[in-house]
Amino acid sequence: MIRPRSLAIALVPALALGLSACGDGGDAAADYPTKRIDYVLPFDPGGESDITARLQQAPLEEELGQGVTISYQPGAGGALGWSELTRSRPDGYTVMGCNIPHIILQPMLRDDAGYETEEIKPVYFFQSTPNALLVPADSEMETVEDFVTAAKENPGAMSVGGSGDFSANHIGTLQFADVAGIEVSYTPFDGTGSAVPALLGGHVDALMSYTPQIEQLGDQVKALAIATEEPMEGLDVPTFKDAGYDVVDGAYRGVCVQEDTPEEIVNKLADVFAAVNEDEELVQDFRDQAFNLENYGPEESVELIESRTDQYEELLSKLGMLDR
Amino acid sequence: MNDALAGLVGLISPMTLLLVLVGTVSGMAIGAMPGLSATMGLALLVPFTFAMDPGPGLVLLGAFYMGAIYGGSFTAILVNAPGTPSSIATAFEGYRLTKQGRSEEAIVAATVGSVVGGLVGVLFLLFLAPPLATFSLRFGPQEYFWVAIFGLTIIVGMSTGSILKGLIGGALGILLGTVGIAPVGGDVRFTFGEPTLQGGVPLVPALIGLFTVPEVIKLVGRRSREYDVQKDSTPEGRTWWHMVVDLFRRPVNLVRSSVIGSLIGILPGAGGSVANLVAYNEAKRTSKERHLYGKGSAEGVVAAESANNATVGGGFIPTLTLGVPGTPPDAIVLGVLLLQGLRPGADLFTQSGDLVYTFAFALALSALMMAPVGLIGGRALQRGVVALPARYLAPAIAVMSIVGAYAIRSSVVDVVIMLVLGVLAYFLGRVGVGVAPIVLGLVLGPIAERGLVQGLLTSTELAMPWTSFFTRPLSIALILMTVAGFLWPLWQNRKKGEVDDMLTEAEKDRA
Repeated sequence: MIRPRSLAIALVPALALGLSACGDGGDAAADYPTKRIDYVLPFDPGGESDITARLQQAPLEEELGQGVTISYQPGAGGALGWSELTRSRPDGYTVMGCNIPHIILQPMLRDDAGYETEEIKPVYFFQSTPNALLVPADSEMETVEDFVTAAKENPGAMSVGGSGDFSANHIGTLQFADVAGIEVSYTPFDGTGSAVPALLGGHVDALMSYTPQIEQLGDQVKALAIATEEPMEGLDVPTFKDAGYDVVDGAYRGVCVQEDTPEEIVNKLADVFAAVNEDEELVQDFRDQAFNLENYGPEESVELIESRTDQYEELLSKLGMLDR
Repeated sequence: MNDALAGLVGLISPMTLLLVLVGTVSGMAIGAMPGLSATMGLALLVPFTFAMDPGPGLVLLGAFYMGAIYGGSFTAILVNAPGTPSSIATAFEGYRLTKQGRSEEAIVAATVGSVVGGLVGVLFLLFLAPPLATFSLRFGPQEYFWVAIFGLTIIVGMSTGSILKGLIGGALGILLGTVGIAPVGGDVRFTFGEPTLQGGVPLVPALIGLFTVPEVIKLVGRRSREYDVQKDSTPEGRTWWHMVVDLFRRPVNLVRSSVIGSLIGILPGAGGSVANLVAYNEAKRTSKERHLYGKGSAEGVVAAESANNATVGGGFIPTLTLGVPGTPPDAIVLGVLLLQGLRPGADLFTQSGDLVYTFAFALALSALMMAPVGLIGGRALQRGVVALPARYLAPAIAVMSIVGAYAIRSSVVDVVIMLVLGVLAYFLGRVGVGVAPIVLGLVLGPIAERGLVQGLLTSTELAMPWTSFFTRPLSIALILMTVAGFLWPLWQNRKKGEVDDMLTEAEKDRA
């Protein structure tokens, strides 16, 4: 007897809530942002992504007219954060740092990374750190050619360290070895932080690392080559291309949102990050850290991801590392 | 020398002194909360340093870090919940002291240990930074492997009853440590389709579960008024001052543990979680009161706490001289240095020497400040906790555990992991498998695995890469230490076997 009535009573507020939620949804995109934004990094604090986000924080808050909180969700080389992102609300208030090649290679090479590359929506890629081949300062090697000669003398004996499995360093080492026709032993370390002492202590012969390390480590290391199209401003290091090896790659940093986030919000966020990339102080800081400024909007980012995906797929299947 | 003077002048300003005090006290508060580690706390603090000049910003971070490592001892001692992974061994002994009504003694021991350890670490930083940083680089993957194996020999010393049960616990811990993405090779292991487990069994929620949950179950299950009877926490009537003097009468333990902590702090990537365990084990191995270990030994608390605070100064050695973070919290400080445009390296000492000295002196001052703050605040907290009846204490600890496990990365899965491991630990405890070996396996297993596989990969120039583990001089030294570490407690057990048996029996009677 009472049931239908109580059901109705229960339904009214539920409907009202539903309607108002829809209403909010419509306005939310137009007014966005109306509250604090969470800028989540899927890595430990203190790394390059963290430094970048800290540099962006103030100009971001200025452009958005809202506060920006930086937080961390580390684990599994970022995969933990990204699989969390696919389950977050598509309202644009959770913005997560995302990196190429990580978001491509993890789903490609792990049975279940917890997310698929297509499930996270790139907003803007604002920065890259090209790969750089480093040797200890007292090494006899002076050029990439020396390295290739040494590797050919004793195939497989040369050890090259880098940050993690299937990182830009790893894929960069594979690429270089493939193009140069050499065989080296790649050793993944737990991030750049623990790879560097292995090089300085002579436990690996060389390190495939990122350009900022050239500046940071100063005269403790020699940089043989960097993996860019053109030489980098302020860095007196030849490119792999100069030496005749077509190796151009590195890590790209950007931000992503949940895949169902409305276009309007994505575009607004992209505009904001584009504007932040023109902040004079930030541009100077990026240069000081040897970060490359990049400007990939939402669509260009998708193209970037697709072109890299093809490239990696080709390389990995050629090397027999794609088993599915 | 001029830089040192300039550094001292830089420190003696009311503003800087205030920053040291604020940093130390807030660090202690954060460190005391399980789930909020020193690393997380520092990350939260970083935005505040942006508004400051490099000097004061670093002073605040350094003092906070020092305080946080010390603060982790409070909950370890009072409720068996290590506030940070640096206080694991503190819980082994400190909580047992609490159960005997000697929590004040444990707090005083932790304070004395932390202050001395903190100061020794800073001395290393001030006087031995460049040569030690160079030496630390000689530790390669092979040496990390042996350091971890050496650490695992602690299990033998820790298993008073049955070595077999100790080894079972250790194997279980190592197995838990293999969950997630393999550190080398990238295979996904034992996640059972749960993406969150890809990151492995998270250390902090695991620690909370393993240590704290069994105690809560016991508190509730036994319906004892264990905590009520302990209001008089100094049964032998000693004042805190006597306790301090007693601890200084035996300086060997203090100094040895501080040196161990400083040295382990210098090894990039190791840090307080390993240092406190190794120092604890060395203290136990060489102690004249070995029979007290595992049953409540203030010496053990001193060893663990002086070692973990010594890693603060030690860890900054590679951070400042090589640009390589010595411990996880150092990574944050390194990030701030870079943001402020300061390049670590030998140049930092020559070009910004005054800044380095101000920083080092601030760390020392922070260590000194922990004494009054800890002896007043820490003992007040201790009195409050022991005065709390079990019916309030048990739910309070339970809530704190859940919040702590959740807080570390806002994950419900972490809470589930914490609870599952806690219940498991309770039942394992009932059959005589202690949590200590499990924790050792969980902390050290992944270090050993990484060292093993990396060592094999970097030695491909050898016909048989595994031989590299037995030919490097440092590796050989570590192997000898491992063998000694394994055999020494066995030999001592045989010697003191009868006494130990009697004590174990007595323990059983009481329980």
